[in-house]
Amino acid sequence: MAGESNGAGVFGSSIRRREDPELITGRAKYTDDLQLPNMAYCTILRSDYAHAKINSIDASAAEALDGVIAVYTASDIADSGVPGGIPVGWLLPDMVIPEHFMLAKDTTRYVGDGVAIVVADDLYTAHDALELIYVDYDPRDGVADPKKATEDGAPLVHDEAPNNIAFDWEIGDKESTDAAFANAAHVASLDIVNNRLIPNAMEPRAALADYNSITGELVLYMTTQNPHIHRLLISLASLGLPEHKIRVIAPEVGGGFGSKIHHYADEAIAAWASMQLGRPVKWTATRTETYLTDAHGRDHVTHAEMAVDANGKFIGLRVDTYAAMGAYLSTFAPAVPTYLYGTLMSGEYDLPAIHCHVYGVFTHTVPVDAYRGAGRPEATFVVERLVDEAARVTGLDPAEIRRRNFVAPDNFPFQTQVALAYDSGNYEGALDKALEEIGYADFRSEQAAAREQGRYLGIGLSTYIEACGLAPSAVVGSLGAQAGQWESAVVRVHATGKVTVYSGCSGHGQGHETTYAQIVASALGVPYEDIDVIEGDSGVMPHGWGTYGSRSAATGGSAIASAAEKVVDKARTIAAHLLEAAEEDLEFEDGSFFVKGSPDQAQSLPDVALQAYLAHNLPKGIEPALEATSFYDPENFVFPFGTHIAVVEVCANTGNVELQRYLAVDDVGNVINPMIVDGQVHGGIAQGVGQSLYETAVYDEGANLLSGTMLDYAVPKAHFLPSFETDRTVTPCPHNPLGVKGVGEAGTIASPAAVVNAVVDALSPFGVNHIDMPVTSEKVWNAMN
Amino acid sequence: MGISIELEVNGAGVSKEVEPRLLLAHLLREELGLTGTKIGCDTSQCGSCTILLDGQAVKSCTVLAVQADGSEITTIEGLANGEYHPVQQAFWDNHGLQCGFCTPGMIISCVDLLSTNPQPSEDEIRHGLEGNLCRCTGYHNIVRAVQDAAETMNG
Repeated sequence: MAGESNGAGVFGSSIRRREDPELITGRAKYTDDLQLPNMAYCTILRSDYAHAKINSIDASAAEALDGVIAVYTASDIADSGVPGGIPVGWLLPDMVIPEHFMLAKDTTRYVGDGVAIVVADDLYTAHDALELIYVDYDPRDGVADPKKATEDGAPLVHDEAPNNIAFDWEIGDKESTDAAFANAAHVASLDIVNNRLIPNAMEPRAALADYNSITGELVLYMTTQNPHIHRLLISLASLGLPEHKIRVIAPEVGGGFGSKIHHYADEAIAAWASMQLGRPVKWTATRTETYLTDAHGRDHVTHAEMAVDANGKFIGLRVDTYAAMGAYLSTFAPAVPTYLYGTLMSGEYDLPAIHCHVYGVFTHTVPVDAYRGAGRPEATFVVERLVDEAARVTGLDPAEIRRRNFVAPDNFPFQTQVALAYDSGNYEGALDKALEEIGYADFRSEQAAAREQGRYLGIGLSTYIEACGLAPSAVVGSLGAQAGQWESAVVRVHATGKVTVYSGCSGHGQGHETTYAQIVASALGVPYEDIDVIEGDSGVMPHGWGTYGSRSAATGGSAIASAAEKVVDKARTIAAHLLEAAEEDLEFEDGSFFVKGSPDQAQSLPDVALQAYLAHNLPKGIEPALEATSFYDPENFVFPFGTHIAVVEVCANTGNVELQRYLAVDDVGNVINPMIVDGQVHGGIAQGVGQSLYETAVYDEGANLLSGTMLDYAVPKAHFLPSFETDRTVTPCPHNPLGVKGVGEAGTIASPAAVVNAVVDALSPFGVNHIDMPVTSEKVWNAMN
Repeated sequence: MGISIELEVNGAGVSKEVEPRLLLAHLLREELGLTGTKIGCDTSQCGSCTILLDGQAVKSCTVLAVQADGSEITTIEGLANGEYHPVQQAFWDNHGLQCGFCTPGMIISCVDLLSTNPQPSEDEIRHGLEGNLCRCTGYHNIVRAVQDAAETMNG
């Protein structure tokens, strides 16, 4: 067990998290824990219909209920003069962008679409009043399946989007890919449904808005992964308040997994209500509301084919995908099945020809947007399932066909056919390590022996790559992002040598306060305990873009490292002046400057800080104080990779799948805190295993969400999962100052393919070559029989 | 119309007049300011609201405040007694939490589990925690934490 440690050696050690004492004692304050004087409670009436015209709304009974302060509808918001919009932040060419207003104006487009707002003196009354609002709906047909939604005659979500197509996007080279297939010795072909998921952060979304009508300032406490993005979108699109008059604060945030990136109507509604009433207003989602409003994930229908030559070399990959957008275009939704999906189709392989075509499709469902992994799990599932199918049709072992096609370690940087340039990697190294640790060589004989006894074991590989650390701003800008993706940091050394660090990232469980302090302790050589880290308040730190896309170490950490380096540079100049030495003659070790060979005559960082603040004797041209700000824009994505292996046993009588072992060998570059990295891998695997075996959001033919509560949606429980085996290889990122990549999403990206490949391997005696997720007992039993 | 109730919460007496329908979870959070107890669902699945009622773990979103009349309640805020409870300490030492939202309920359930089964196997721990959901940790380090706490408490 690690204890806390000091100074330079702290980078790379498993320090216990400094966040935890408040969390294990119940003292930490999440948004819904906050109360303000004179606070009112807001609830939102939601459409019961997937698709309906609103003829009229009668709120008179609700308004008459004792304790109800106000009931509002879309027309009230429109009449108030605010823009009222919920915008999309990623634009693709020729994309249809329907209006998305804070409440449904005359048409509801999914079960959960907001229709009316209640504000009341207490929470129970606010919920009671929802029952008293009478909405006269004219129900229409709805459609939930993204492929069926494109068929002629399907109900339209938006009249301006024929066949419900929001965008028609492609990447790669169709001609060369078609030529590869014409020359293929073998073709592996699969139809794949990537099941729709509900994020299920344990903390439901919430907002507490406090508008001061005297100063015109809005303070908005909310469950956010990116306070500055929310401030920007609320200012520009929803409420029209000047950006500098809005302060968005993320108190403790109870998980996000993407669902708290996006700008939804609900938080803006709480703020708007506070503006109308001049008193604080709180809105907290019930769990059912999170199911009906948090952006869902995945939901693809795909046909994919791999062309293979006679030597087992991949020569072409062809992918056609229908990707659900849901009823409206959520914040970053268009990027997910395009630039976070099609660009990953090369996997870890030297694939000479790729073509990926994607329809983004409106459906009468909750909007779909980034959920842990965001496009990369879907891509990895397509590629890694096809690789196993290619192994089957060629008769090669799944490990062998991967070896024949990996990008070789001496072939980096590697330019794929789908835009990305992988910076570094050693794919076979991770594979070898994983195969050895799982005992792959012995497994096949165990499997054969088990089959003799009527037991069906399976092993599944997933040799994944991902692109994260979002992102080079100019690159994402050229692809349609309406946001930068650099990150900010301030490193402030106080007069006594204590340090406060501000980051534009915004953690919600990742342990940034610990890992960022580790970075700074190592960079400045000051005790870890002397460093505080502050995040999540747009009123306190410079603009930042938040925490998602496994970016907080690679971009936020790099920004901090850059700011710390600037601090050291300035301190060196001051120290040289104090020591009456040339800067280039100074060493900096363990937080002290000294002339080479004279460590006894040293100026410690606190010594220098004090002089910097007193400013009695500074070198000419040097400003007082000791702090630095950095805005770090990465030059490339980072590319974590690795090999995950699942071992399953399938029960021949029931079709039950038992996940017996799960091994992950990940390469996330340099590791700041191994304990925290392992924790991220564990959680990621659990969500990916959840997708592959348990979880799915189910809509019926009429687009009603059947899995609308935790009773109906299988968030994995402890006994659904085994203990995980984790290990690493380390290939440092060559282009950021810490050599780090990202780890937040790796487990979720890799694991669905590993599990399903294992199940398909177990079922190979039955001629099964694919099974859709979640791999339930029923599906397996039907496949076996 | 209110109903008078008296109960003991974390060792202190509480007298309240409450609506008959008021949930115990809301009494604790909204009226007593004990926000360590979380509400994560509306169907008694997630277990974030778990507290000890007369020494037994219950989901406080499924108990009416009036049903708790006359009982002793321990919430996460009342668990530490000068020093962390061994289960709290073990969660910290073993990285048994990430976002922390499920943690109060999870810790309370672990306390209850270890009081009825002081030396649980991994399988018993996993099944013993089936009433508590965690979305961050994959339960791996929660299991380690319970094993560690069991060792401490038995030592």
